[in-house]
Amino acid sequence: MTGRVEGKVAFITGAARGQGRSHALRLAEEGADIIAVDAVTDYASVPYSMARPADLDETCALVRARNRRIVAGKADVRDQEQLRAVLDTGVAELGHLDIVVANAGICTAQAWDDVSTEVWSDTIDTNLTGVWNTIVVAAPHLIANGGGSVIATSSVAGIKGLPFFAPYVAAKHGIVGIARSLANELASHHIRVNTVHPAGVDTAMSAGLGALGDLIACEPNLGPIFINTYPVEMVDLLDVINAVMFLACDESRYVTGLELTIDGGNTIR
Amino acid sequence: MSADQPLEGRVALITGAARGQGRAHAVRLAEAGADIVAIDIAAPVESVPYDLASTDDLAETEKLVAAVGRRVHAVRADVRDQDALDAAVTAAIAEFGRLDVVVANAGVISYGYTWELPEQQWQDVIDINLTGIFHTVKATVPAMIAAGNGGAIVLTSSVLGFRGTTGASSYVATKHGVVGLTKSLANELGPHRIRVNSVNPSNVATEMVLNPTTLGLFRPDLEAPTPDDVKETMSAMHPMQIPWVEPVDVSNAILFLTSDDARYITGVSLPVDAGLLAR
Ligand SMILES: NC(=O)c1ccc[n+]([C@@H]2O[C@H](COP(=O)([O-])OP(=O)(O)OC[C@H]3O[C@@H](n4cnc5c(N)ncnc54)[C@H](O)[C@@H]3O)[C@@H](O)[C@H]2O)c1
Ligand SMILES: NC(=O)c1ccc[n+]([C@@H]2O[C@H](COP(=O)([O-])OP(=O)(O)OC[C@H]3O[C@@H](n4cnc5c(N)ncnc54)[C@H](O)[C@@H]3O)[C@@H](O)[C@H]2O)c1
Repeated sequence: MTGRVEGKVAFITGAARGQGRSHALRLAEEGADIIAVDAVTDYASVPYSMARPADLDETCALVRARNRRIVAGKADVRDQEQLRAVLDTGVAELGHLDIVVANAGICTAQAWDDVSTEVWSDTIDTNLTGVWNTIVVAAPHLIANGGGSVIATSSVAGIKGLPFFAPYVAAKHGIVGIARSLANELASHHIRVNTVHPAGVDTAMSAGLGALGDLIACEPNLGPIFINTYPVEMVDLLDVINAVMFLACDESRYVTGLELTIDGGNTIR
Repeated sequence: MSADQPLEGRVALITGAARGQGRAHAVRLAEAGADIVAIDIAAPVESVPYDLASTDDLAETEKLVAAVGRRVHAVRADVRDQDALDAAVTAAIAEFGRLDVVVANAGVISYGYTWELPEQQWQDVIDINLTGIFHTVKATVPAMIAAGNGGAIVLTSSVLGFRGTTGASSYVATKHGVVGLTKSLANELGPHRIRVNSVNPSNVATEMVLNPTTLGLFRPDLEAPTPDDVKETMSAMHPMQIPWVEPVDVSNAILFLTSDDARYITGVSLPVDAGLLAR
């Protein structure tokens, strides 16, 4: 049986670990070659560590173990030149580009009056401008390819006003705006643009949000906002890639401008 | 469960399965391993300005599912008739032993300015497209809850579940209603691990669109427009500049939503619309 994305090439940001790595491995298992970037650099404003260079190497080894090719490099989504350098090398080597997964992101939990200028700008620069940079750098390659599928990772926070996450919520809502506009502008090039909106996923990011428990304890009436309607507290990496896979492959060839929630019904309560 | 048989061992009930999208869903879900309960009125409805499916159509769906190698239980029943649906579901569960997936797809459209619509014409659309889904849910959900296996329900709405248009208010009202029903049911059935989502197609290449009445609405300047004559007008509706999607494109979305790939996706309305709603 041929894979669902056989022969396609996918560009993934934040691919060193977590959801980005999971996307790279599943897409490779279904026949895609991978172009992977990650900044592998910590933020002074974020209380948990980002991926390490060894994590990115591990993603490469795992893709190769699946008999697919991978071109990987250190690039910060806040810097178009860095992204372009790795992407252009990747496309030159792998031949074309079909799929873009704009996944890199950071998250911090704090009350609105504890949001520092640094937290605000790092979050907007990475989570919003970073997605923009990823798509504008990739779009010419998709146009040259005659079409493609762009998937941007938003969040439940891209639909609901989750408390204690104001900068993150602002950036994740903004991603929806980018996707809606570009779904219109890029449709004539047969490029589809969709967003995925996971509820909590068990990764280093969610593990780094320890402050949330105390914040909710102080304002217990805000707690239920985080509860899913379906009886699960978190979704798995697999659930997010299953949704990304559907949007990446040709089964969804006429699906564009969609906000696909993987949230156990969190956003319909 | 293998990768290309994500519904192996499951049973899927589909309303409006005699032709069009319902038939495509039956075949696609069967290819994915499900046994099929195919329900259709297979008879005309007087206020609907095009023919509905025939008994031959329903027999053809049966044949196509059997050709894929799955079991099929086809029943003539009107979604307006709760007793008929209850009987069909009881018989199907007796035969197949379980029910996991429900696709509430049966629907009709008719046209006219709201203030000029005959009462019965309005009522038929509400009764089939909205109350018909209520009946389908009532007929299937108690057995699914009792079985304790969880499950997945997909309700067929439309891009007209989010947008309005002229001359189809009963249809638009029902398809908006289906979105509301999806969200309500997702909340009610979450604790039972039954997921409820909708699909929201734009034009699909089926009888509902490719009939003389509907084609005529898109090209009032022509006496007897053919599908080719409406392509340009219909393409202009969509950012992706195609006139319509094929039934299988909707089936693929339904397969995703009903498979375990989507096990935590509930309450979603998934457009298969070549970008129409992004405008
Ligand atoms: N974990 C959750 O609960 C959750 C829920 C919804 C959405 N998300 C989103 O999913 C995406 C992936 O997050 P994750 O859960 O895998 O967390 P993660 O922290 O494990 O992964 C994020 C990756 O992005 C990289 N990264 C961070 N800043 C970067 C930059 N400027 N340039 C390039 N790479 C950068 C990190 O090094 C890391 O490898 C994020 O966009 C996140 O906002 C996460
Ligand atoms: N074709 C489109 O452009 C389009 C777009 C969006 C949504 N939809 C929706 O998709 C669904 C399927 O429509 P289709 O495009 O396959 O059209 P279709 O007319 O080919 O199929 C509808 C099927 O439902 C059956 N049916 C009608 N009334 C029934 C009743 N009372 N009880 C049982 N069965 C009944 C018909 O016999 C027919 O087989 C409908 O709900 C429709 O509203 C269609």
